[in-house]
Amino acid sequence: MSTKDNELLKELTLEEYKYGFTTDIEMDIAPIGLTEDTVRMISAKKNEPEWLLEWRLKALRHFLQMDMPTWQNFDHPAVSFQDISYYAAPKAKPKLNSLDEVDPELLSTFAKLGIPLDEQKVLAGVVAVDAVFDSVSVKTTFREKLKEQGVIFCSFGEAVQEHPELVKQYLGSVVPQTDNIYAALNSAVFSDGSFVYIPKGVRCPMELSTYFRINAENTGQFERTLIIADEGAYVSYLEGCTAPMRDENQLHAAVVELIALKDAEIKYSTVQNWYPGDKDGKGGIYNFVTKRGICKGDNSKISWTQVETGSAITWKYPGVILKGDNSVGEFYSVALTRNRQVADTGTKMIHLGKNTKSKIISKGISAGHSHNSYRGLVKIAAGAENSRNFTQCDSLLIGDRCGAHTFPYIENRNKSAKLEHEATTSKIGEDQLFYLTQRGIDPEKAVGLIVNGYAKEVLNQLPMEFAVEAQKLLAISLEGSVG
Amino acid sequence: MLSIKKLHAEVEGKEILKGLDLEINAGEVHAIMGPNGSGKSTLGNVLAGRESYEVTEGEVLLDGRDLLELSPEDRAREGVFLAFQYPVEIPGVSNINFLKTAINEIREYKGLPPVEARDFLNMVKEKQKLVEFEAKLANRSLNEGFSGGEKKRNEIFQLAMLQPKLAILDETDSGLDIDALRIVARGVNQLRSKDNAFIVITHYQRLLEYIVPDFVHVLYNGRIVRSGTKELALELEEKGYDWIKETAGAENAI
Repeated sequence: MSTKDNELLKELTLEEYKYGFTTDIEMDIAPIGLTEDTVRMISAKKNEPEWLLEWRLKALRHFLQMDMPTWQNFDHPAVSFQDISYYAAPKAKPKLNSLDEVDPELLSTFAKLGIPLDEQKVLAGVVAVDAVFDSVSVKTTFREKLKEQGVIFCSFGEAVQEHPELVKQYLGSVVPQTDNIYAALNSAVFSDGSFVYIPKGVRCPMELSTYFRINAENTGQFERTLIIADEGAYVSYLEGCTAPMRDENQLHAAVVELIALKDAEIKYSTVQNWYPGDKDGKGGIYNFVTKRGICKGDNSKISWTQVETGSAITWKYPGVILKGDNSVGEFYSVALTRNRQVADTGTKMIHLGKNTKSKIISKGISAGHSHNSYRGLVKIAAGAENSRNFTQCDSLLIGDRCGAHTFPYIENRNKSAKLEHEATTSKIGEDQLFYLTQRGIDPEKAVGLIVNGYAKEVLNQLPMEFAVEAQKLLAISLEGSVG
Repeated sequence: MLSIKKLHAEVEGKEILKGLDLEINAGEVHAIMGPNGSGKSTLGNVLAGRESYEVTEGEVLLDGRDLLELSPEDRAREGVFLAFQYPVEIPGVSNINFLKTAINEIREYKGLPPVEARDFLNMVKEKQKLVEFEAKLANRSLNEGFSGGEKKRNEIFQLAMLQPKLAILDETDSGLDIDALRIVARGVNQLRSKDNAFIVITHYQRLLEYIVPDFVHVLYNGRIVRSGTKELALELEEKGYDWIKETAGAENAI
């Protein structure tokens, strides 16, 4: 690599994280540590029914017996589960009915992040937002309007109170408490999150979105999202996340479960921009998340799209269980890592039903000293006649000190299945950069253009407003990363 | 406009240009000819500021401004354009978006506001006709899946859009059939004006039948060994590069 490239690479590491501010607000924070009492305390704070407390306690018992996994492609950091607090909530009135009751400090936090909580200020009302601050949901917009169509969009805590039958039926049905150690932890201590139910035949009239913000120190965020699309329903759901810059690592262990019944479709998009840590890898969020959907009914479809630019370590495999015949699972991913970031991400497509189809498009971008792995499983069960999978994994390297790795696993038990796998690795070439700079384009912008071009296939899957944000985010994340 | 004095440049430690002198005035077209390895493409790359080419000695002034001090993007903004011999493909980046970005970066450098969308589109429409560039090509990803001829036409299309002071055509004729060559040459001829200048780098005289130069220079072993008018190109075509090698060898011996 030439000296100029090296200089520019160095500059990259100096790039600041834009969302790193903290909010000063009075908080209700649980004492540090994890015992049955912690779980009981959280459950009591949320006024939960007995069955849910039992469910949590069962998860905790599992958690305490589980060992850390060892198969991942990075050094698993020692997370001392007894040194963090499992509940942090802004002190406020118990129930918020209007925006006036939301702490102005919180409103300004979300305003700073560009998340509108004031319905009147949202253009034409195209996106409804659930804003989650540390452990609790602060405000869900457009609930009334959605209610007219029978759509339920509220915080998880409210769903437990108001729609316990739905929660009881579906909670843990896609990601069991015992699925993995972080799912078990989440099941024991989850505090809030979003809940969505789209009734039969309803096409949700607006994008639903949750915005997660970690603020408090030494806390973990354990949210739980449950989305149910009843027969013939459609919903597009977006999530975004940021966190302050802190020297300590913070744990984010969420669980997302999606259930698509017959002829239903769920589109789930994520733009993940948790604080990635500084240039030496100090601080940053551990983003250990379990996301899974089930195409339960025939002809249903679940599509995951993710743009991952933040977190010190990202470890997640949003997957789809294709149970219904003719069901479709899709996974579109852009993961960008720089400095000392690590991403080990991919998907699991489990084909059970006949004529099921899955498509995986993964685009990894590595810069600095980062490591970016695609890990995916495509499993075709014996009964999954005529199933198909297409997988494409591309890696783009910026500089010569980063790594890209691909771990595709295929388990096929049906002869009629068709599987295709394509993989490429490329480097942003000096040729491409020179070509663009020779036309007067700033080298950083040039890298942004190249990367956005490379990721276009995935970005095109995002809803319009998000696609623009994601493009900017990729370009900003790469500022100074010319190499 | 452009003044090159005693230019020495090397690639990977090997000296390619060995004291090149060249003066170009606005409104002129200069052809640079020479055998393979004489340093023709190196000259183009050095002027555009490609990083792997290191200038070890000499001076290059563009309207009195030291070009060698500037980054590649600033040279472009000052009006240096290189039509590449091998234009690269950039998947997923639309030709149009790329051009708009480039134009706006150049405008920003000059303290101008971004181009109006309508003006830009009108300009695209007008300029793509110049090189018989179809609208769908303009909207496709930058050079991705373009044929050799389409790539070269795209270079001239960009040239027309960016309106540089000094355009360097690096073997734009290579790999072109006669029809594409005519199209490219006609585009260039229509862009010639009293305010701009062209350096046409070519191996063959053929291109110069279509783009008629004011001056022809023969580059050999890193130096201009002979300069003349368009007749020199014909003479070269007739006698071949060995003639240059022999005479240059003789001169060197003296």
